[in-house]
Amino acid sequence: MAGPLTLDRRSFGRLGIGVTAAAALGALPSSERRAEAAPAPAADAGTPIKVGILHSLSGTMAISETTLKDVMLMLIAQQNAKGGLLSRKLEAVVVDPASNWPLFAEKARQLLSVDKCAAVFGCWTSVSRKSVLPVFEELNGILFYPVQYEGQECSRNVFYTGAAPNQQAIPAVDYLMETEKVTRWVLAGTDYVYPRTTNQILEAYLKTKGVADADIMINYTPFGHSDWQSIIAQIKQFGSAGKKTAVVSTINGDANVPFYKELGNQGIKATDIPVVAFSVGEEELAGMDTKPLVGHLAAWNYFESVDTPENKAFIESWHSYIKNPKRTTNDPMEAHYIGFNMWLKAVEKAGTTDPNPVIDAAIGVAVPNLSGGYSSMMPNHHITKPVFIGEIEDDGQFNIVSQTPGLVVAQEWSPYVAETKDLIGDWRKPLACGAFNVKTSSCGAGGAKRA
Amino acid sequence: MIRGAALLLGLLLALGSASRAQAQDAYSLLASPSFDGIRQGVQELGRSGDSRALPIISALQDGELFARADHALFIRTASGFIDAKTGESAPDVTAAQLKKVRLNNPVREAIDQTLGSLRLFDPDPDRRRAAADAVFHAHDPLALSALDRAIAAERDPAVHRAMTEARAAALLSAPDASTQDKLASVDIIRARGGADSRAILEPLRDQPPPLGSAVAAAMRSIDQQLQFWGVIQSVYYGVSLGSVLLLAAAGLAITFGVMGVINMAHGEMVMLGAYAAFVVQQALGPAWTGTSIVLAVPAAFVISGGLGIVIERTLIRWLYGRPLETLLATWGVSLVLQQAVRSIFGPDNRPVQPPGWMSGDFHLGGLTLTLNRLVIIVFAALVLAGLMAVLRLTPLGLRMRAVTQNRTMAAAMGIATPWIDAFTFGLGSGVAGMAGVALSQIDNVSPNLGQSYIIDSFMVVVFGGVGNLWGTAIGALTLGIVNKFLEPVAGAVLGKIAVLVMVILFIQRKPRGLVPLRGRAAEA
Repeated sequence: MAGPLTLDRRSFGRLGIGVTAAAALGALPSSERRAEAAPAPAADAGTPIKVGILHSLSGTMAISETTLKDVMLMLIAQQNAKGGLLSRKLEAVVVDPASNWPLFAEKARQLLSVDKCAAVFGCWTSVSRKSVLPVFEELNGILFYPVQYEGQECSRNVFYTGAAPNQQAIPAVDYLMETEKVTRWVLAGTDYVYPRTTNQILEAYLKTKGVADADIMINYTPFGHSDWQSIIAQIKQFGSAGKKTAVVSTINGDANVPFYKELGNQGIKATDIPVVAFSVGEEELAGMDTKPLVGHLAAWNYFESVDTPENKAFIESWHSYIKNPKRTTNDPMEAHYIGFNMWLKAVEKAGTTDPNPVIDAAIGVAVPNLSGGYSSMMPNHHITKPVFIGEIEDDGQFNIVSQTPGLVVAQEWSPYVAETKDLIGDWRKPLACGAFNVKTSSCGAGGAKRA
Repeated sequence: MIRGAALLLGLLLALGSASRAQAQDAYSLLASPSFDGIRQGVQELGRSGDSRALPIISALQDGELFARADHALFIRTASGFIDAKTGESAPDVTAAQLKKVRLNNPVREAIDQTLGSLRLFDPDPDRRRAAADAVFHAHDPLALSALDRAIAAERDPAVHRAMTEARAAALLSAPDASTQDKLASVDIIRARGGADSRAILEPLRDQPPPLGSAVAAAMRSIDQQLQFWGVIQSVYYGVSLGSVLLLAAAGLAITFGVMGVINMAHGEMVMLGAYAAFVVQQALGPAWTGTSIVLAVPAAFVISGGLGIVIERTLIRWLYGRPLETLLATWGVSLVLQQAVRSIFGPDNRPVQPPGWMSGDFHLGGLTLTLNRLVIIVFAALVLAGLMAVLRLTPLGLRMRAVTQNRTMAAAMGIATPWIDAFTFGLGSGVAGMAGVALSQIDNVSPNLGQSYIIDSFMVVVFGGVGNLWGTAIGALTLGIVNKFLEPVAGAVLGKIAVLVMVILFIQRKPRGLVPLRGRAAEA
């Protein structure tokens, strides 16, 4: 990246072990590999490998998830054009869970036990992931989950290719603290599990940085909240205490448009009270007039404006696949791109699509991401990612103003929350535990049982 | 004004040679790759007094400033690049050699502040006023000398006042100013009032008396004032939310209130109206943004109303008197319409650009009134008045009332009741469509738009009193205002729950709502 690095390298030392750690993992000794690398049974040879796509194509979440279904179909078509996997074709099985959380579990069960999918790519909201988690654990399936989320989970059957809080929220807060000298914080979110957990972590983190209680305001709004007048007036008032104030927004999907419209209406510019959002990307901005929003921020692990040959090629193939040069690309799309390639590599490494060997083989796999580096699957089933901070531009794209110096390793269990600060997830044998307590040396539940 | 410009020119000439070296640094800083360097460059250039400072920083603000690899700066204009340092055109420079000088928020802040002090001498009084506000906001003591000169030259009383206030703010941040001056400044800031003034005083509260106590007194006075205006502002927000609720519910007041059809597809009629606004705007092109939204109102009425008639003729007329089946059937229709729109327009939000005359805000005392909300309040009032006029003054309205009050008698008088049913349903749906045009200005235009209003609409109609338009209007305003007063205290989630509980309790006591129908019609 040509972008200037305005962040202090030290601030990420703790968060990012960096490329070295990722590279080291790539060379993990994999005894499993030799043990499991039996040739695929002959009966499978001609039949296609099924890949499940579990994204809502109708209902509230269709706005975000339909694109991910399309990007998966594109990736599968591309892989088939290259000759498929283990000399078999890939076949996509698309189901529509219709933004209905219990239906997610039903459809997941169908994908695993009826269609016998080798891997499933899907879910967006945390509640949909929590809903399918028991199914994947019971039937020993593989789920690749592409969206930034609140962390505090580590299941053996899930690979989290989106960001954990320390790969998005905490670097964003650090940026505001260091570059924009923010000392007063509004944590505004939609009232559900992701914002609540993220804000709990952020609040604890801000307090470790010496921010007083009086300088933190937490506000929750219902899903699809559309009348923001009084809340924005409240934020404006909170911001007039003579200290630089910023809003950390975990406001979800549909409520964002009226939120930003009202922000523009009440004349709050990014230079007065900057808003940094974790759920607003290129796709969400496509429906908005971004001129009044210039300078407000978003933190992601990928922006469409990332200037690398890999990204250029990805955008071109996306535009030609979707036959619309105006369609944007976004962070969860990149997560699927990485996750899909990781799965391919893991299957090739394991020599089979059976879940157990693939799950073991996936750890340590490194594939190129779209920002010019390699992302690796870590033992905690999360991936290493660079973190970018972008400012909204008047054309609906992001101007990247900051980037972490190396890749950041995910902290699946937050060290800022008392109940989880001693937990680690490590699915390598012999530990093979999603929530290992380093103080008591005991293994708790990392996935469905905890949820 | 001319004197101001002449003064500036003389000053620049005097300063010019002395700070040439400083300006050179500023140029290379502006071309540096780090945001911090660019920010310092802006500040240095602003202070250097270089005559090119204003055009260069303005170009940077507009994103038209470019740097070459050798740190030379160029400004992009309609007729090609010009050399930033000399202002002469540079015909041999091409875009490929240049990199845009990038901005981030700290740079933008520096630009605002620097342009503020540079534009204090602008010939246009509005720009001088804006500049004074920017300087007030920055309250940088370094701007004091420029402010003094600008104040001496200023003839426009409003601008003069803004500059004096900016000077007071800057003076309060100056460490070496005398207590006397600071006390005078506190008075000026106190008289100005508002949240911005409070933000300037806040850091000075811990100063020893007399300054500290003067600041505390000024803050108390400002707080009182803010509290007073805050209440009025909340009422305005409430009226604004109430007008949105009224718009969403007005159509339902006809279909549910007057006809008694539980129409779960009502929200989708609103959604179709919003999409009509989008389609009309796309069809007319960007040059017609201002008029397209006006033209979209009748278009939305026709589309939603027409569809309403079709739904009534094909579905609802078979289900009169069977509320449960109507509920399920219209719920099905709503899902079909949502998915149809999703298939045609895609699942993502569609942008409906706000027309120029609906953007911006104006201040009335301590109130901030945003224009788009104000337009929606007026529009809601007009829709209500129009609906009442149709119901009371037109033959169609007369027949509608006759049919809903006594169907058999109306039929006996020769009224074609099936067609009146269809038109009534069409009218209700059409009004919902018009509401959609208004909502396209404040909410998402997405297939889910209708869902978020259907519950609120039913609540308003039931609370206000079924079958009564006045009740719907009063109900909508009451719910809006109560909601906006609860929201800051209880939070948006709890506020909503509290309102719901209140409505339920109210309906328990008064099942016929706020403004119940009286007389024989009520028993029908």
